[in-house]
Amino acid sequence: MSRAETAGPAAGTTGSSPAAHPLWTLGLLRSELATVFRRWRTRALLGVLAAVPVLVGVAVRIETRDGSPAGGEGPPFIAQVSNNGLFLVFTALAATLPFFLPMAVGVVAGDAIAGEASAGTLRYLLVAPAGRTRLLLTKSAAVLAFCLAATFVVAVVALGAGAVLFPVGDLTTISGTRIGFGEGLWRALLIALVVAASLIGIAALGLFVSTLTDSGIAAMATTVGLLIGMQIVDQIPQLHAVHPYLVSHYWLSFADLMREPVLWDDLVKNLELQALYAAVFGSAAWARFTTRDVTV
Amino acid sequence: MDEAPAGTPRPGQSDDAVDGVIRTRALTKRYRGGQLAVDRLDLTVPKGSVFGFLGPNGSGKTTTIRMLMGLIEPTSGTAHVLGHPVPRAARTVLPHVGALIEGPALYGFLSGRDNLLRYDAADPTADPRTRTARVAAALDRVGLTAAAGKKAKAYSLGMKQRLGLAAALLRPRKLLVLDEPTNGLDPQGMREIRSLVRQLASDGTTVFVSSHLLDEIEQMCTHAAVMTHGRLVTQGPVAELAAGARGRLVVTTPDAGEAARVLKEQGVGDLVVTGDRVSGQVPKRDLAEVNAALVTAGVRVRGFGVQRASLEDAFVALTGEGFDVAG
Ligand SMILES: Nc1ncnc2c1ncn2[C@@H]1O[C@H](COP(=O)(O)OP(=O)(O)O)[C@@H](O)[C@H]1O
Ligand SMILES: [Mg+2]
Repeated sequence: MSRAETAGPAAGTTGSSPAAHPLWTLGLLRSELATVFRRWRTRALLGVLAAVPVLVGVAVRIETRDGSPAGGEGPPFIAQVSNNGLFLVFTALAATLPFFLPMAVGVVAGDAIAGEASAGTLRYLLVAPAGRTRLLLTKSAAVLAFCLAATFVVAVVALGAGAVLFPVGDLTTISGTRIGFGEGLWRALLIALVVAASLIGIAALGLFVSTLTDSGIAAMATTVGLLIGMQIVDQIPQLHAVHPYLVSHYWLSFADLMREPVLWDDLVKNLELQALYAAVFGSAAWARFTTRDVTV
Repeated sequence: MDEAPAGTPRPGQSDDAVDGVIRTRALTKRYRGGQLAVDRLDLTVPKGSVFGFLGPNGSGKTTTIRMLMGLIEPTSGTAHVLGHPVPRAARTVLPHVGALIEGPALYGFLSGRDNLLRYDAADPTADPRTRTARVAAALDRVGLTAAAGKKAKAYSLGMKQRLGLAAALLRPRKLLVLDEPTNGLDPQGMREIRSLVRQLASDGTTVFVSSHLLDEIEQMCTHAAVMTHGRLVTQGPVAELAAGARGRLVVTTPDAGEAARVLKEQGVGDLVVTGDRVSGQVPKRDLAEVNAALVTAGVRVRGFGVQRASLEDAFVALTGEGFDVAG
């Protein structure tokens, strides 16, 4: 059942029927991006994400003031930060990927459709007419843009804070080999892209949840709740059979990009899993959104 | 119930070429909760009319409009807007339709102007090269140019309503669908909206306006349809609807009690006495005889005449119930 999706210029009896211009349809994406990033909530989330690397960097700096290396438990790479500021990028991504980053994505994705519904603006977008598939694609693209933006806020702020607080230079990989600072920067960029891609699954899940309800708050809470639930399940050894299907299971595999040579197995599994989530929940969101009654 | 002549479907019409700017046949909506909100609705809205869609709260007006705008799927029956079936061809039709449904909805953190820019960008057939000019013209049309830069959350209800109307006016439209556009407004706000609707109608745009206020429909509309409990009671030109109900005989006199007694003798039914005013059903016999009988009985008659039936009288006559009881 597809409602309002057969955009074909039927029969043309409407007279001077305006045609949908292929380029003009991108206007909605521009508008969507502007709307997402102008929201106070989006900026607050990005602000929190920006604060994490600064806090981690300052904490490490204080702890290692007397020359002792940062020790004990902590996110991966934290022991190397005081020797090389570039490691703050990896540490900050490793610290935010389990919760802060996916939570921010869950909030933005969960709110994408449900937030418009609870504000009533969804009905006006639909009668504009935005088109349900086009609107969903636009929302997806904007959420992916947010995944990228959120990850890069963490990475770029970490790079800046690392350079200010610590020396930078050549670095040692997990495998013990030395690589130059330039090569290190490339790895950091690659890792940031992989981390952003790791958020695709939760973004798709959030968008699907967002099509199920007319309450933005409920959709955000449900998505974040599912995220936490999956991470709890991932900690229970008895449930290992489902672990490979949990969206967060291979997240920390990005560290394998810091090996020499790079260990691709889990990285590929992670990307495959994210693609699977995107396909399954993307289709479900489309099936739901293109057929549902919009009564708010 | 009677159906207006325009509502009779002509044989041999193809699906895509139908009479009326809006035409529904046996349109029915049962919500998932089981509520039958619209029940076999046959509606025909003539081109160029200001069509009042009248009914008490809960009678199914908004549900009908949601189906016409492709927001919800009818349970059964068909609907055509501008000759195209909806919801199937909604994306072809809706660029020609401006709509205000169940009150305005705005992005509070965006300015009035940015709200309109966003809604215009949502229409893939709207030319972005003329966007700012069209937004400015729409703001001007509803008198919001001065407040265009203010955040929408700072708008009063009347301003929000006008901004919602501006969104409906971003492009030249063939049809405007306005769902209770004066709801919640103060009398001044209501007057503003009504005069705006009249202006728009005078440009030749067909206006489909729902309301639960009878006098509003009488003031604004050329045609009307009356809904109750999801069913269409009647539709047609407003003048004919009101004429369909018989008017009332009204006598103004300081001797109201005596007048009522004489009128009853003369066969006037359903007598109502309020102060110096006695009214009742118009009797079959010659009114001159009724008046003579009053005078003969010594009733001092100050006024004597038949008051034109209002739409409310028509409604009461058709449904046998007052206007505000359904729900
Ligand atoms: N989303 C909904 N789900 C279930 N019932 C609804 C919904 N919206 C409206 N109704 C019911 O449908 C009937 C018609 O409502 P509505 O179309 O809003 O009437 P009106 O606009 O004339 O006030 C009412 O009984 C109302 O309670
Ligand atoms: Mg209503």
